[in-house]
Amino acid sequence: MRSFSNINPKDLKEAAGILRQKGQTATLVGGGSDALGMVKERLITPDVLVSLKTIRGLDRVTEKGGEVVIGGLITLDALSRDPLIRKNYNVLAEAAGHVGTPQIRNAGTLAGNVCQRPWCWYYRNGFPCYKNGGNTCFSITGENEFHAIFGGGPSFIVHPSDTAVALVALDAKFRIVGAAGERTISAADFFKLPAENPARENVLANDEVLAEIHLPAAKNAARSTYHKEMDREAWTHAVVSVAVVMEMDGQVCKSARVVLGGVAPIPWRVPKVEAMLAGKRITAELAAQAGSAAVEGARPLAKNQYKVPLTQAVVKQTIVTLGA
Amino acid sequence: MKKISRRKFVEGTSAGIVAVAAIPAVEAQQKQTPASAVNPSVPRTTIKLSVNGVDHRLEVEDRWTLVELLRDHLELTGTKIGCDRGECGACTVLVDGTPLYSCSQLAVWMNGCSIQTVEGLAKNGKLDPLQEAFIEHDAPQCGYCTSGQLMIAKALLMKNARPTRDEVRTAMTGNLCRCSNYNHYVEAVMAVGGKA
Repeated sequence: MRSFSNINPKDLKEAAGILRQKGQTATLVGGGSDALGMVKERLITPDVLVSLKTIRGLDRVTEKGGEVVIGGLITLDALSRDPLIRKNYNVLAEAAGHVGTPQIRNAGTLAGNVCQRPWCWYYRNGFPCYKNGGNTCFSITGENEFHAIFGGGPSFIVHPSDTAVALVALDAKFRIVGAAGERTISAADFFKLPAENPARENVLANDEVLAEIHLPAAKNAARSTYHKEMDREAWTHAVVSVAVVMEMDGQVCKSARVVLGGVAPIPWRVPKVEAMLAGKRITAELAAQAGSAAVEGARPLAKNQYKVPLTQAVVKQTIVTLGA
Repeated sequence: MKKISRRKFVEGTSAGIVAVAAIPAVEAQQKQTPASAVNPSVPRTTIKLSVNGVDHRLEVEDRWTLVELLRDHLELTGTKIGCDRGECGACTVLVDGTPLYSCSQLAVWMNGCSIQTVEGLAKNGKLDPLQEAFIEHDAPQCGYCTSGQLMIAKALLMKNARPTRDEVRTAMTGNLCRCSNYNHYVEAVMAVGGKA
């Protein structure tokens, strides 16, 4: 591998300071799997790796004044097994448990999963696309079977994170630590469409670190689930996924949040479906209508048209199962 | 019969080829440059770690992956490099009891950690029951993925001594076998700890 030095900052503030000082020559590392892969592929050529592995205390789930706070450095494996998350925020435990392989989940962090770069094969193979600093998206006329059917343009990547979809569905807030200070924004505002800046997937500045995830107090009788469709049975990214959170009163859905993964450059919320479910008894018929509404406005490319009926079916089936 | 390992055989064969080619200087030159030589121009860090119960204090290049440290500098070549991208599982080792891809961790991140590799499975010349079962069930074919399969199975049985067949399959999803001998691997693990 190309040479670099490893730095172990004592806390996130120091990490952000190093990022500010070193600029583009520094790369932030959580679990390390993706960062090292990108260095090996020469997608990034850092002089300095800023490793967060020695920072303590950011790998826990704690309850604070009704909220639940999750440290960004918790491993995906620990998150998927956490009793409180499994009980009240099942969608997040399921999403974390569906990432990659056991070894990836043992190393990978929640913040790293949320902030990982796209897995578009043009980007990962070093094509000079928007994500690699170029000014084109090769998928538009190329091999686009795994690309976006919503929100694309000028880049048509899909956001690769499973947990991000669950966090938008849970209306999470992200606490960000930067060299100049802190800020907290909603998960939905964290992710940005390529129309705003095709080189990036989120609002993080170069010297900012995703520190903590805050989940609102779980509503009474809330149910949630994550369903992930893959093009093989194990460890790959979602072809289509859906996170559904429903607040129930008997068989009536009081309110719902429905977010799609694998189909857009950001976790793709479908407000029309949410409005359709609110105040209604969950039936197969309503779920089928929700499935149809979920794919309204889809603009598939030449080779990913299959994602439209697949998304429709996944939304329908997930709502039926969760509402039953 | 005199036992000879594959490694000894390959080494012997290459030495023979060198001799036939009548360029012994090449071999001599290689020996003068041991694998553990360090490049003075790249950043290095001193770490402490334990590997199979043996404590080490080592100066490592910051860019070395854990598997590079194990194979190239500690001569523990049982751990294999398959994809070198955290996808195939051939490099799986246990770090403080947790299975990780050693190609996707830097050696410098292992400061203070305890590493178990496939070389640590046999105790006092006696194979681990998992190794015996792998042989019994013809689990390895080409053998390249086997040390990774052994380590992920070991990690599973350490946490869950009586796994179901599904639990074994799920635990081993991150370890690819290009010979596709998955069923034999699963049966071998079931034979050691599985619920009938």
